[in-house]
Amino acid sequence: MSYIKKPKIYGDKFTKNKLGMTFTDYEGAMSTLCAGCGHDSITGAIIQTVFDLDIPPHRMIKMSGIGCSSKTPAYFANQSHGFNSVHGRMPAVATGANAANRELFCIGVSGDGDTLSIGMGQFSHAVRRNVNMLYVIENNGVYGLTKGQFSASADVGSTAKKGAANKHVPIDPCQIAITLGATFVARSFSGDKDQLIPLLKAGLMHKGFAVVDVISPCVTFNDHEGSTKSYMSTRESKREAVYTDYIPPFKEIEISYEEGSTIEVDLHDGGKVILRKSDDSYSPQSRGDSIKNIRSATERGELLTGLLYIDESQHDFTDTENLIDAPLNSVDHQILCPGKKSLKNLLDSYR
Amino acid sequence: MQPTDTKNPDYYHKVVDCQWGCPAHTDVPGYIRHIAQGEYTQAYLLNRESNVFPGILGRVCDRPCEPACRRVRVDEEPVAICRLKRVAGDLKGDYKAYLPSAPSQKNGKKIAIIGAGCASLTVANDLLPLGYEMDVFESLPEMGGLIRSNIPKFRLPPEVIDEEFDAIVEQGISLHLNHRIESMTNLLAEYYDAVLVGTGAPKGRELDLPGRYDTEQIHIGIAWLESVAFGHIDEVGEKVLIIGGGNTAMDCCRTALRVGGRDVKVIYRGERHAMKSSDWELEPALEENVDLVLCHSPEEYIVEDGKLVGMRFSVMEYSVDDDGKKQSKKVDEVIIPCDTVILAIGQENSFPWIERDLGIDFDQWEVPVVDPVTYESTRQGIFFAGDAAFGPKNIIEAVEQGHQAAISIHKHCNNESLTDRLPHGMNLVTAKMGIHEWSYSNDFGYDQRHEVPTVPMEKRFKNIHIEVELGYESGQFKKEVERCLNCDIQTDFVASLCIECDACIDICPVNCLTITENDEESAIRKKIKTPAENYDQDIFVSKDLPQTGRVMVKDEDICIHCGLCAERCPTAAWDMKKFTLKVPYASNEAFDATKKNKQAV
Ligand SMILES: Cc1cc2nc3c(=O)[nH]c(=O)nc-3n(C[C@H](O)[C@H](O)[C@H](O)COP(=O)(O)OP(=O)(O)OC[C@H]3O[C@@H](n4cnc5c(N)ncnc54)[C@H](O)[C@@H]3O)c2cc1C
Ligand SMILES: Cc1ncc(C[n+]2csc(CCOP(=O)(O)OP(=O)(O)O)c2C)c(N)n1
Ligand code: SF4
Ligand code: SF4
Ligand code: SF4
Ligand SMILES: [Mg+2]
Repeated sequence: MSYIKKPKIYGDKFTKNKLGMTFTDYEGAMSTLCAGCGHDSITGAIIQTVFDLDIPPHRMIKMSGIGCSSKTPAYFANQSHGFNSVHGRMPAVATGANAANRELFCIGVSGDGDTLSIGMGQFSHAVRRNVNMLYVIENNGVYGLTKGQFSASADVGSTAKKGAANKHVPIDPCQIAITLGATFVARSFSGDKDQLIPLLKAGLMHKGFAVVDVISPCVTFNDHEGSTKSYMSTRESKREAVYTDYIPPFKEIEISYEEGSTIEVDLHDGGKVILRKSDDSYSPQSRGDSIKNIRSATERGELLTGLLYIDESQHDFTDTENLIDAPLNSVDHQILCPGKKSLKNLLDSYR
Repeated sequence: MQPTDTKNPDYYHKVVDCQWGCPAHTDVPGYIRHIAQGEYTQAYLLNRESNVFPGILGRVCDRPCEPACRRVRVDEEPVAICRLKRVAGDLKGDYKAYLPSAPSQKNGKKIAIIGAGCASLTVANDLLPLGYEMDVFESLPEMGGLIRSNIPKFRLPPEVIDEEFDAIVEQGISLHLNHRIESMTNLLAEYYDAVLVGTGAPKGRELDLPGRYDTEQIHIGIAWLESVAFGHIDEVGEKVLIIGGGNTAMDCCRTALRVGGRDVKVIYRGERHAMKSSDWELEPALEENVDLVLCHSPEEYIVEDGKLVGMRFSVMEYSVDDDGKKQSKKVDEVIIPCDTVILAIGQENSFPWIERDLGIDFDQWEVPVVDPVTYESTRQGIFFAGDAAFGPKNIIEAVEQGHQAAISIHKHCNNESLTDRLPHGMNLVTAKMGIHEWSYSNDFGYDQRHEVPTVPMEKRFKNIHIEVELGYESGQFKKEVERCLNCDIQTDFVASLCIECDACIDICPVNCLTITENDEESAIRKKIKTPAENYDQDIFVSKDLPQTGRVMVKDEDICIHCGLCAERCPTAAWDMKKFTLKVPYASNEAFDATKKNKQAV
């Protein structure tokens, strides 16, 4: 951690977004993570994402559980709402928040421990309910906060700092999510913001559950030789399967792509996702293809990255449950809480 | 782009904007930190090493460092560099014991120095420790040159001049006051190993319009100021017109107010932006109720029976035509009544006492032909420095020229090549003191420039000796020093250590870092989050990074030297390092020569 707080600097040189806010305005408290932690870099990418998307801070909620990763919502968008839940229970709280106010942009930040160990059940249900949120897993293969025990995402044979090898099969959140019916599944790396930021943008603007598994090296407990989640080994094994770009509503596509090499997916907000495959046989719009590809890459020792699966045609949780459009805080108290008589009528109707 | 060569002292020197802007390369952040620590004597000595007259310069320096100061890129006003120098001058303890002393055993070489201004005395200062014998000839009864004769006492008290000039003379030079050199030929007839001409640019420009010689009430600014300084004049008319728009005009008008002027106007022929005076000279004049009359071009002195009664002006209008050419048009004519006119429209060199058959060449404007590096004239062994060399500039330029001339004189006396001079050197030492501790205060905070208190208006004009500026009080300068961004604490990068975790990029409060594919400079400059649009400032480009072969890039322009990149870097690829510029003086050249001789033996 740093001793001095990052100063806020203003001036004409610093670009402003449509709301007149600077990048700095979307920052948060001083990070207390270890210097060089991948999580801080993801924080930087999230700040860039919400700055570029002109998200009004008061319309954003930041949700997390427990872990170094789960601490990070404190380090961005300090003008937004947030909830730091019990370990592994963030999906339930996020689901509740979604139900109460569907107008909010919801960003969940979790770790591989928080999501795949203690929170595995919660995560699965948020996926299958297609809760409208961006769910970022800051995946470092260890429980960083509790000093580096293997997590459920550690690869077989990957060694801990003192040399012991992990023996258990890893859980791949992307494969699990695709299997459980997720509608937006991506993987990236904290050390590659050029890839990560468009994915975060597309994920946040996607209507439904968007999971982005971001390999995020733990410099303190898992950045040594023998670890498969170090900066070095991630750079070596990483292969971009699908290059992704997010084009906001009303904006022209600036880069010209070769005919037939790209797929355009229209998002609900009017924006577009442009997918460019690096491998022709692979369609990120087919669950089967997707899983097959991830598996065969894993067998080759490769880490497949990019937008691995997208399906924009599904209803999100609030639509499926036919919840009202208006945020509950704007609904009249009388309607929300119609009183004893109404309760009695309701109960009577079941008799 | 090629990786940046940070071993070239110029690279980091340029980052210290004030030091780069200072003709004498004063270690500004270094002395400001001394002041912050309460080490006033050290602050003074560090200044003196490069600028020789910190007490004087802390009051009247032209301060090219301040417009250059990095602070203005993130805040409104620069650090009060000049006035902090005065703090060092005012609060220093006994510093003389720390000055290099002149050896009692002389080296057998004798130098004639003509003029006792700041350029000359800098030469003397630099040559004293090397054992030279020096004769200094000065036509006036006191040392100081224009600093004494022209800069008014209410800006610079004489005691400050005495102290700093005496500190040099006391070490043993033969000073001949009231001794004007009338003939170079005669001087050369006596035996000197070298001669330094430090006689300044003593001739004020004339404005020869009708009526000029019909009255005694028209004065040349610099001569008039000299007369006031030496007490030959102690009064002036009530209605005074100062013609000119530079700093001399400002000193003339404020002086006039102190010797009886009631209605004092500065009349300038052009528009405000074309005036040469510095803001900090014009503002106090306006505060003291001097009228500034712009766009008035003088035409005639109106004299009745030998008495000046007014001056006629054309009123001008300026515009820029379609081709971008400046146009002027006379739109009116006015007479401004007055009883005194003071001309402050410039000065020139004048060497009536140097015979033209000595091999010392002069150009068509009667300016001597002087080498801009060695300061040697076209005759070997005769050197020029200060205003005498290249026309009127300012004190700090004169001092720097003095340093360079001293090196040349020393080399000349030792039969060394004058052009074979030591280059600038540097020293780089980590500023890290602990995990989160640096040897400088790195926390940035917005804080407005602290104004120096002044004597209240009603007490200013009683006499010319009342110094207007009082100097900082301790509460003020202790805050002002914290505004300095410590630009000499450099961000030093070692590419081989970087793991490309982006921590530095994310923490940087001004977003001046990036890691990217190497490319052409213009492309790289655009890739930084705060695009590096100021091409006057360099960008740093590292060697290829080990993991991806990309490069680390830093825009030096807006870095605030907060050290957060180094604090966040897990591998210490970034470190904050104190940069010390090594500027060679005559004594360094001498030391270097001794070393070489020893090696040869
Ligand atoms: C009104 C005015 C205000 C100024 N204010 C500032 C200011 O605020 N800040 C700043 O930085 N600069 C200022 N300057 C400029 C600055 O004073 C000069 O640039 C500087 O003094 C030049 O130093 P010098 O040593 O080259 O020459 P000078 O200071 O001119 O010294 C030359 C000396 O040589 C003597 N001399 C000349 N001829 C002979 C001879 N034949 N024999 C013997 N002695 C001789 C002269 O009497 C004089 O003492 C000002 C100038 C003027 C005119
Ligand atoms: C209910 C509960 N069980 C266990 C813990 C201890 N604990 C704190 S953080 C953590 C693991 C966090 O791992 P991960 O989510 O990967 O976060 P990281 O620190 O690696 O970013 C555990 C087990 C806890 N805080 N609460
Ligand atoms: S322990 Fe690991 S995960 Fe936690 S802050 Fe440190 S580097 Fe990051
Ligand atoms: S901030 Fe300090 S070191 Fe930097 S240019 Fe200004 S005075 Fe010099
Ligand atoms: S010292 Fe480092 S972090 Fe601070 S402004 Fe400069 S480059 Fe950025
Ligand atoms: Mg973890």
